[in-house]
Amino acid sequence: MLSVYFHIGKYFLLMVSTFTKPEKRRIYWKLIVQEIDKIGLQSLGIVALLSLFMGAVVTLQTAANIDSGWIPRWTIGYTTRQTMILEFSSTIVCLILSGKVGGNIASEIGTMRITEQIDAMEIMGINSASYLILPKIVAAMFIFPFLVVLSMFIGISAGAFVGYTAGVTSLNDFEYGLQYDFEMWQVSYSLVKSFFFAFIITSVSAFHGFYTNGGPREVGASSTRAVVYSMVLILIANYVLTQLLLL
Amino acid sequence: MIEVKNISKSFAGNAVLKNVSVNFHPGKVNFIIGRSGSGKSVLTKCIVGLMEVDEGEIFFDERNFTILDRWDRKDIRQEMGMLFQGSALFSSLTVEENILFPLQMFSSMAKSEMLDRVNVCLKRVNLEGKNKLYPSELSGGMQKRTGIARAIALNPRYLFCDEPNSGLDPQTAIVIDNLIREITYEFNSTTVVISHDMNSVLETGDHINFIYQGELSWKGNKQEILHTENEALNNFVFPSKFMQQIREKLKG
Repeated sequence: MLSVYFHIGKYFLLMVSTFTKPEKRRIYWKLIVQEIDKIGLQSLGIVALLSLFMGAVVTLQTAANIDSGWIPRWTIGYTTRQTMILEFSSTIVCLILSGKVGGNIASEIGTMRITEQIDAMEIMGINSASYLILPKIVAAMFIFPFLVVLSMFIGISAGAFVGYTAGVTSLNDFEYGLQYDFEMWQVSYSLVKSFFFAFIITSVSAFHGFYTNGGPREVGASSTRAVVYSMVLILIANYVLTQLLLL
Repeated sequence: MIEVKNISKSFAGNAVLKNVSVNFHPGKVNFIIGRSGSGKSVLTKCIVGLMEVDEGEIFFDERNFTILDRWDRKDIRQEMGMLFQGSALFSSLTVEENILFPLQMFSSMAKSEMLDRVNVCLKRVNLEGKNKLYPSELSGGMQKRTGIARAIALNPRYLFCDEPNSGLDPQTAIVIDNLIREITYEFNSTTVVISHDMNSVLETGDHINFIYQGELSWKGNKQEILHTENEALNNFVFPSKFMQQIREKLKG
């Protein structure tokens, strides 16, 4: 138990170090732009692919499960919208990104640690935590909401397309379902969640990478731990945020 | 001058450094030698501030480094250059960007001045024209030389070299030794070299400090090391029968 408190304390100390005043802001802006490309733009493919198929499958499954004639066909559009907006595009996409982005961050920083690149920065007088971690956190918190919006758009569009081509719903019914009882707040809720998840993924993964000790095997272990801890924390945060924001 | 006064360091109750006091002189190549696990790397990490000492003090030209916090240490750290055992070059940056890195972070030079400085440093280590190569495209010796170029980019007052010859062939090792010695005299820097390589110790060591079981067991110069009666040092410097015969001849 003591070890848990020790690691939580270490994490918060690292975050204090990370959010201290940067050495040269101009350099940090450049780094943030690079990280937006690495974390966000290079994840567009996987986010688009996942959302495309999830939107399509949710539509088909909803259609397949509507047995009763009392349930209108526009329910398909409604269900697809609710699934994509409330959970898939924020939580599931972030869980998947924790594997891609989190693993990448932990292994990158971990490798820098074991090859003494972080020590080299420290000796130069550079705040290595701030230099390496802050741009990643800022970039992810900025770009994740855009990825979530993109995921919503692609998922719902794929649902509409597949529903129509498979003959399970008309475009009018689907559109009616999309608009039925729509609350903009649900989109905001999803974006707020992705903002928090972005922080969790980058900071937790950076923490595990930063304190890697040993060789390549330990880098692999840090990377795995980063993904597992990020996922667990995302699930807990999802529950807490839903409780706080929706009820 | 770097003055280390009575420093001790333990890990989980295991004393790695025991009351070590040693001075490193400006304009000289100061060696720390010792067997693996003797505490020399821990001593160096304590001096540069990568590890905190349990007891004792470290002074950089009469500035007490041990009592300073992270921000106040920054000024002294910017006067340090370090060559790491594995070079520790930033693998995602080119040779030029590696040397530019400390300049961009801490100097107020214009970009063209910085590039000029990079080229001066590269010329100094005989790596002219290698600006756009990545560390993975360099040989071990070239990586070490790039590491030296990066370390001297800000004209350091204190230069630390951790096993600069490890993994190099004897001829390249001599090139690196000569480079470290020339730079030390040129910049009048206080150079601290950790090494196992007795060839470079005897070739370039102005002051030699022998660490044995966490204590400073012997200090002297390269002439004195050949005639010392310190048994642990003799076993370290002349480990084989062949080397012991050489020692006897030297004594004779």
